[in-house]
Amino acid sequence: MTTIKVSTTINGDPVDYLCEPQETLLDALRDRLGLTGAKEGCGTGDCGACSVILDGRLVCACLVMGAEAEGRAVETIEGLADGEELHPLQQKFIDHAALQCGVCTPGFLVAAKSLLDRNPDPTETEVRYWLAGNLCRCTGYDKIVRAVMDTAADMREAR
Amino acid sequence: MRYEAPDTTEAAVQLLAAETGLARVLAGGTDLLVQLRSGMVDPDLVVDIKRIEVMRQISEEDGGFRIGAAVSSAELGEHAALSAAWPGVVEAAELIGSTQIQGRCTMVGNLCNASPAADSVPAMVAAAAMVTLVGPDGRRELPAEAVAEAPGKTSLQKGELVESVFLPKRPPRSGDAYLRFIPRTEMDIAVVGAGVSLTLDEQGTCQTARVSLGAVAPRVLLVEDSANCLIGTKVGAAALEALAAAASAACSPIDDKRGTVEFRIKVAGVLARRAAEKALERAKGTA
Ligand SMILES: Cc1cc2nc3c(=O)[nH]c(=O)nc-3n(C[C@H](O)[C@H](O)[C@H](O)COP(=O)(O)OP(=O)(O)OC[C@H]3O[C@@H](n4cnc5c(N)ncnc54)[C@H](O)[C@@H]3O)c2cc1C
Ligand code: FES
Ligand code: FES
Repeated sequence: MTTIKVSTTINGDPVDYLCEPQETLLDALRDRLGLTGAKEGCGTGDCGACSVILDGRLVCACLVMGAEAEGRAVETIEGLADGEELHPLQQKFIDHAALQCGVCTPGFLVAAKSLLDRNPDPTETEVRYWLAGNLCRCTGYDKIVRAVMDTAADMREAR
Repeated sequence: MRYEAPDTTEAAVQLLAAETGLARVLAGGTDLLVQLRSGMVDPDLVVDIKRIEVMRQISEEDGGFRIGAAVSSAELGEHAALSAAWPGVVEAAELIGSTQIQGRCTMVGNLCNASPAADSVPAMVAAAAMVTLVGPDGRRELPAEAVAEAPGKTSLQKGELVESVFLPKRPPRSGDAYLRFIPRTEMDIAVVGAGVSLTLDEQGTCQTARVSLGAVAPRVLLVEDSANCLIGTKVGAAALEALAAAASAACSPIDDKRGTVEFRIKVAGVLARRAAEKALERAKGTA
């Protein structure tokens, strides 16, 4: 087994890590770098709890190999808040009680951020389709959708 | 297992051809990683093709479009000219999985995974897509319908990989469409899928047509009998009924938890007709 050295950028910072060839990006983030925000819900691309942004695209980190991150830019939930200051999405999730157990929350936040980066004025249908790859066993989704719509409205006003 | 990410097609072919054990190409990995992790495949070598420049591009060629094997569905949907020319193919590619899957999955991966229920495949087959293969003995072209042979099995030779897929130039008054039936509205495997592409003459008579069905046989079908029901007609109610009957007759589906044999046969006819209606509308420029 040959260990692979990976040089990448995570949340804007250059990061090097070693990984096994069959290791996923999710494993590398969680087990090698201590970035445990992304969760493994299913490991098969179905739940979205492991969502990260890879070179500007929302992906499931469980379906990316650790070695693939070489020279790429990865954004994780750990980069969402600005120091102690929550990202507007995080604040709205709290305000709307859009989380209960919280396992799905990092994935929803990363997915919602990637939507709002592309489309500051999504319709409810667009929000629901965009987030269809994120599963939540607790909230029933409605509060999550409200929180995203409300954040989008606030961010548009602030612009 | 070794992981390699070469930057030319030739280097990828060399790696694949030289491997004595099991080798697998990695495109978006949305099938391969699931299979790796479940132990369904245990390759000695994985060749990531996403650093090969020609495989990342969509380019116009002879009035058609050449789509690199590593182009994701999200990139297809963002390409305005391609989406305008081949809306059916693009909508099929955009049905695959969720936003997260869209950012990674490729049409060629969908094709080479050789699932009979692969969504983009009937659309490519209806579009008369041609696939460019590169192997140790050079290049060759195959129609999209000739790539999958049986569930999980392709006609690719040892050391061979797909470099690109080519969608031909659209004559005027042409349209295509893909529809699938799933019990949910998102994130499910097709119970039946139907792709249709057709071209009308100036009088509105159908000149050429191709009809393709997914998930109703061990591989995606090109249904010439259905296409023949349209060619030479104005694509009216009678022709569409005949097309539906021919589509149902072509099916040899399985029974599973998603649908019974009877249900799939019936739905195949209905979807083929609806896809033809949608393609017709597009060909008339009213969609
Ligand atoms: C959550 C989820 C939802 C899904 N939903 C759908 C759906 O709705 N519809 C659907 O059709 N599919 C679905 N899929 C399956 C999968 O996403 C698609 O089949 C996708 O198109 C595969 O593309 P890929 O680039 O990720 O393939 P990969 O996983 O990279 O490759 C798939 C196979 O093709 C081979 N291969 C890839 N590229 C080449 C090449 N250039 N030359 C030779 N061989 C090659 C690989 O070795 C592998 O065997 C889903 C998967 C997941 C995880
Ligand atoms: S853990 Fe990656 S999608 Fe569920
Ligand atoms: S809050 Fe528990 S899974 Fe979503």
